[in-house]
Amino acid sequence: MRFLFKTDYEDDIKLFPHSGYIVSYGILLAFLLIAPFVLSSYLVSQLVFVCIYATVGVGLMILTGFTGQASLGHAAFLAIGAYTAAYLQQFNVPFPVYFLAGGLLTGVVGALVGFPALRLTGIYLVIATISFAFIVEEVLARWETVTHGNEGMRVKTLSLFGQAVPQNGPSFYYLCLAVLILTIVGTLNLLRSPTGRAFVAIRDSETAARSMGVNVSLYKVKSFAISAAITGLAGVLFAHKLSFISPEMFTLQLSIEFIIVILIGGAFSLHGAVLGAIFLVMIDPFLTYLKDDLPGIIAGIAATFGADSITAGKIHGNVAAIASANGLKGAIYGVIIVLFVLFEPLGLYGRWLKIKLFFQLFPLYKRATFKRQKIYVKSERNR
Amino acid sequence: MSYFRAENLSLHFGGLKAVDSVSFAVEKGEILSIIGPNGAGKSSIFNLISRIYPPTSGRIFFEDQDITNQPAYDIAGLGIARTFQNIELFENATMLSNLLVGRHRHSTTRLWQELLFLPSVRAGEKMHRRRVEQVIEFLDLEAYRDKLISGLPYGVRKVIELARALCSEPKLILLDEPSSGLNVEETEDMSFWIRDMKTELGITVLMVEHDMTLVNRVSDRVIALNYGRVLAMGSPSEVQRHPDVVAAYLGA
Repeated sequence: MRFLFKTDYEDDIKLFPHSGYIVSYGILLAFLLIAPFVLSSYLVSQLVFVCIYATVGVGLMILTGFTGQASLGHAAFLAIGAYTAAYLQQFNVPFPVYFLAGGLLTGVVGALVGFPALRLTGIYLVIATISFAFIVEEVLARWETVTHGNEGMRVKTLSLFGQAVPQNGPSFYYLCLAVLILTIVGTLNLLRSPTGRAFVAIRDSETAARSMGVNVSLYKVKSFAISAAITGLAGVLFAHKLSFISPEMFTLQLSIEFIIVILIGGAFSLHGAVLGAIFLVMIDPFLTYLKDDLPGIIAGIAATFGADSITAGKIHGNVAAIASANGLKGAIYGVIIVLFVLFEPLGLYGRWLKIKLFFQLFPLYKRATFKRQKIYVKSERNR
Repeated sequence: MSYFRAENLSLHFGGLKAVDSVSFAVEKGEILSIIGPNGAGKSSIFNLISRIYPPTSGRIFFEDQDITNQPAYDIAGLGIARTFQNIELFENATMLSNLLVGRHRHSTTRLWQELLFLPSVRAGEKMHRRRVEQVIEFLDLEAYRDKLISGLPYGVRKVIELARALCSEPKLILLDEPSSGLNVEETEDMSFWIRDMKTELGITVLMVEHDMTLVNRVSDRVIALNYGRVLAMGSPSEVQRHPDVVAAYLGA
């Protein structure tokens, strides 16, 4: 186990507490940079989705993980970013301009959503953000002069400084990676500054934050705006990746997927947002694989245990019917969320920290180290 | 003019008069304790001063400025810090970040500067950290800097809450039952710190307290409340001998 010997206040400020971090993140970065040359184009395409989802995850993490304000409306923010890009592209606006415009406009909308959210907490805030998402979805479907309604909009190939950046090429992947890394660095900077601490203060106790001089309303609006702006930036990339956008892509299910990203990755850390994005993007092909192969596998098992061909065929048909049932994916997501909330509320990143500590303390790890306990001292009266 | 003044302060919840036309003044540099049985309205007065509740009627003045209608987050900016009876720390943050939130009213950096972590932000962070470090030394909290609050024992949390209030460099500090839940030794430490806050840091202290030993040891003056009304005001021994106070506590 490593013991840090701090000699300067700078030691608590810097992003990498010791050289080990630089080495491991350096290796990770090197791998990510050579990825397009060694991985199949399918996996690189999945990595692009990981980057986009992780960017949204970081944005949602600021709002939900650090400021403690739930949102099921982030699909709408993604949609606003995506449609801004598609709309401005028609007028030959260059990419850097509509990229920033997408972020800015979404940030402003986010701030506007933040205002009514000031008086709402918990489940009521969730309902308000869901309603906002439905409103946006409806507007996108009806405002045909701008959004082409349910026909959707085609998004032209991205061109940056006169160079075409096709959405399946390595350069688009690098662009998404750069956006993700810049977002993460900016967020880390924010978190080690007064604003980030004010967010965390609001999450843990609004009363105390207020009595320490934090303008709670202002910071909640700021948090909404920043979170929305980051999601809007991701939305621009999302539009380019799919090269076609329509209102039914930005449904409640997408918002729930974003919640899965931060919940399964682990609330309260940016690592969690990235891990959650990897989990979510990779589970999709896995589910597709199961859908195709599970009936055969189970029928095969049944046959091995002596079922005749008619029974095996019936089993095959039944399992296939269940596996291709509508809404099964949503149900599986629901089960995953419930299992994580029950058994690992700190998510994948929390689990990783526990495993790491096990090896650091080996053989002195105590089983009760992370035993959850309730402490009844917090007052609920002053909320 | 007194340093801090409450005039005919009232707080009614429907028919219940939690605070009923209370007036008192705090002189600069004194330690004033508010005592009274449970439900007498002591904490309500604090919540009125820190604007958690708006008063039903009455006015509050601090340094000759009417602060009755200031928004709650401005109160800290004026130099009034407080602690809470039931500890309101930021549970899932380290002690250091808790204390740094106490520095919030002194932060001057803007959002875009923080996103880029410009040198001005870095310098500000170091300056805040130095001040926080002084408070850590003052209250002997060196052992807990990087510890999460949720894993710390009650007595330590109580001190950290005091530390967070001190980090904002207040002129007036409101302590809501600083010794509740502390053992005899911890209470003794607390009484030394309260005295030192007055003598070394020049902070005026307004305190709600049940522990009469602590009240007697540190207070310059005492106010006794019951049913939201002032029963008696004066030196600790005067107030304790006052017949109304004896009646309120013993029910005679």
